[in-house]
Amino acid sequence: MTRQQVLDLYFMDARCKLIELAAFLDRVDRGSGEADFRLSAFKEAMRHLADGEPKRAEAVLLSFSDPTVDPIAKAPGKGAVGAWPGAAQ
Amino acid sequence: MRYIEPHGHMVSRTTDDYIDMVTAGCAAVCEPAFWAGFDRSSVDGFSDYFRQLTEYEPARAAKYGLPHYCWLCINPKESEDVALATDVISIIPEFLKKPTVLGIGEIGLNKNSRNEMKVLEMHIDLAARHDQMILVHTPHLEDKLKGTRLILDVLKADSRIRPERVLIDHVEEHTVRMVLDRGHWAGMTLYPISKCTPARAVDILDQHGSERLWMNSACDWGESVPLAIPRTALEMRRRGWTAEAVDQVVYQNPVRFLSQNPRFQLR
Ligand SMILES: [Zn+2]
Repeated sequence: MTRQQVLDLYFMDARCKLIELAAFLDRVDRGSGEADFRLSAFKEAMRHLADGEPKRAEAVLLSFSDPTVDPIAKAPGKGAVGAWPGAAQ
Repeated sequence: MRYIEPHGHMVSRTTDDYIDMVTAGCAAVCEPAFWAGFDRSSVDGFSDYFRQLTEYEPARAAKYGLPHYCWLCINPKESEDVALATDVISIIPEFLKKPTVLGIGEIGLNKNSRNEMKVLEMHIDLAARHDQMILVHTPHLEDKLKGTRLILDVLKADSRIRPERVLIDHVEEHTVRMVLDRGHWAGMTLYPISKCTPARAVDILDQHGSERLWMNSACDWGESVPLAIPRTALEMRRRGWTAEAVDQVVYQNPVRFLSQNPRFQLR
């Protein structure tokens, strides 16, 4: 696809998501109390959007990922939250 | 158009979903064993579930002319209890005789714990002993990268496993390359919030080629879209893919992988 075709197909969708992202950050700012590790992980991941490198989606996913290599002793539960708590520890 | 749904948890879906899928061109559906949303309390619960997957669900799908196949295992979400997992694995061989069972799956990891690893190795050994194909679930979100690496290493360590008979599911941009480089097939799951959106799935196909990739809806009891594959086929067409190139991804690829088991037949 040409860049023009990509814009024609996806610009409005991406514009919508960008405004949602901005509104989400505003909403978090207006909230009270402390934010947990997810907010700093989110802001760290956002830096990849503007760094001009070609693999931004991969970089964002890696930024949220547990980078350790050894199995953990015991599963603490079943769920995942979307960001690695260890990065903020 | 025609397509295969290679990963759908149909026990959680309505008969209306079957009708919509067949109407949209679904030619076969494959159902891996998974977590019910709560922990089953005993091996008997799994025995009933395996009967549902191998007897009741194929009959429900057959009413609409849809071939239904399944994969059997105890899901990684229930693998922390090794004693229960051992009991469940011991009853799987009797169900492997059923004509619509394609292999062992979806096995893998969830939180990347030592017990999950132990149960994963037990499943791989079961598959190797019974010459079964394998369908692998990779962990969610922040656990996916680490879990995918651990799973690939466990598979590589067992010399009886042929990589081309193993599909690693739920890949995303940060895991797809390592899976393909090991000679396995890779699956992309089309979910509304987590995993891949249709646009990103087509990006991955554009960048990594469609040789050993398939797509699935992994529709279950959570937020998921049973028609995610035909919708993504539409996305591909809007991006200039030819009908033949779309057909290769949504139909020919799953047929090629699944036909490694001669039980997989299309009517
Ligand atoms: Zn699944």
